[in-house]
Amino acid sequence: MLPSITATAARRPADRSHIHLQTFVVLAKTGFRRYSTYRQATLAGIFTNTVFGFLRCYVMLAVASSAGGTVAGYGGAQLVSYVWVGQGMIATIGIWGDTELGSRIRTGAIVSDLLRPVPPVPAYLAADLGRAAFSLLTRFAAPVAVGAIAFDFYLPRRVATYPLGALSIVLAVIACFGCRYVVNAAAYWLLDGRGPQAAWSLACSVLGGLYFPLRFLPDWLATTLWIATPFPSLLQTPLDVISERSTGANAVGLVALQAVWAVAMVALAAAVQRRGEHRLVVQGG
Amino acid sequence: MNIDWSCRVVEATELAATRGAGTRGERFRPYQRILRAQVRAQLSYRTSFWIDAVSGMTFTAMDLVTVLVLFNVTSVLGGFAFRDAFFMSAIASLSFSLADVIVGSIEQLRLIIRSGQLDSLLVRPLSLLPQLVSIDMQTRRVGRVLEGVAVLGVAAGLVHLRWSAQTVAMIILTPIAGAALFAAIFVMTATVAFWWIDSGEFGSGFTYGGRDFTNYPMTVYGQFFRRVFAIGLGFAFIAYYPALTMLGRADPLGLPDWAGWLSIPIAALACGAAGFVWRTGVRHYRSTGS
Repeated sequence: MLPSITATAARRPADRSHIHLQTFVVLAKTGFRRYSTYRQATLAGIFTNTVFGFLRCYVMLAVASSAGGTVAGYGGAQLVSYVWVGQGMIATIGIWGDTELGSRIRTGAIVSDLLRPVPPVPAYLAADLGRAAFSLLTRFAAPVAVGAIAFDFYLPRRVATYPLGALSIVLAVIACFGCRYVVNAAAYWLLDGRGPQAAWSLACSVLGGLYFPLRFLPDWLATTLWIATPFPSLLQTPLDVISERSTGANAVGLVALQAVWAVAMVALAAAVQRRGEHRLVVQGG
Repeated sequence: MNIDWSCRVVEATELAATRGAGTRGERFRPYQRILRAQVRAQLSYRTSFWIDAVSGMTFTAMDLVTVLVLFNVTSVLGGFAFRDAFFMSAIASLSFSLADVIVGSIEQLRLIIRSGQLDSLLVRPLSLLPQLVSIDMQTRRVGRVLEGVAVLGVAAGLVHLRWSAQTVAMIILTPIAGAALFAAIFVMTATVAFWWIDSGEFGSGFTYGGRDFTNYPMTVYGQFFRRVFAIGLGFAFIAYYPALTMLGRADPLGLPDWAGWLSIPIAALACGAAGFVWRTGVRHYRSTGS
């Protein structure tokens, strides 16, 4: 039984070199539909993001008010929008995402992905974009609406901010997908993925700008993080663009940097996947 | 049919648990075994274990680093200077770590119910809650508790506490009472899964949300939000009021200076409530049948 599976998997790679746009779209739609069935979990998630939104918002406003209204270039209303859009982004980019891929590798279920005539990284990316689209309509929209009602919320004043902000969110989703794929793929080598998962959720929430805007850090440190790590491109950049902390050429530059990281992380994911497939040993029968 | 069956199982379990009580040592031995097996299992994936342990400790540190970073851009937060705010954060952080190590894994309950694993725990002649807690105790998080103790020591040094028998008693009892309150919140929010399997991240709003909430002086929060979390759920009594009592500072929100001592009765009350909610939940349990 098992040898025949191995043989099939070995014959396939030639077919897995590319993915048709149509396939990609269909997979994205399935991702959307799949997550739209988790209605109660979505509601629970919105509740939790909203609680944290209130919490962080009060803390940030207290910081701003004792610092004299403006802190690190953010006005009070800008911090409100920073916090609430950030709460919406958590699920949209899926920071703490699921460990599905990791556990599929550990259990060997990944074999059925490898047997499919589509390359796994783009296939997972398509499904993740569908998931993100559903999250944008629910887990992004709801907390942001609550924040806008409960606090003095900063709405972007420049027309250009809207398309640039939207682009920035999409790039953040793709970059975050790449990161999560790499973290999960660590299971090819380590089997138990909990360690890398913990390190990842720590890095992206602290270095990404969720706990505090990175601009609260000394300049040299914030700049280094921005350029040398993908984390600020996941949250800080879209939040700065949308709260108009960065505008004009500055904002465009940050989004361009984000695009570089998005491409780099997906490429890394594909490379790790190729190496990992050689390591994969499916046990049992 | 189904209900009948699960009722009988619960009764049988309780009977067996009381009958098998014997000496204290005998009673705890099965849990010790489960724990030891857990530690061995977790240690067998060495790289992952150490990355997780180090990340866990860094995570705990991050709440405190966040406070540091905020004070990098402001000198006062909610009317408190850095030392005082840091002292509160240190108490909150230690309390949470303690609770998380011991009962944190209870948040897996909804997954255990969904997968039908709970049935197999119910038929064992052991109590349910200690089993649930010990089958996935996060031993790798023990480092966080030690770290919390060290940080609290440093924070206590920074605020120049006036040491008296009362202060000593309070600084020892406060994190324990705080941990008990957090543990009660962990258990109560996990119990929700008996009624609402798809409760997802609902519980995190109160557990991790509670941790973040207690990390700052209560004065920073808006009135309604503060009433619900600080007084309603008792989070103000984990770090804020005990810290004020130890520092000898008056409460800007108007409670008397002995309010810090309320942490112990409030924690006891919360644990009682959690026990009641838990028993109600277990009685309400019906197998998912899978």
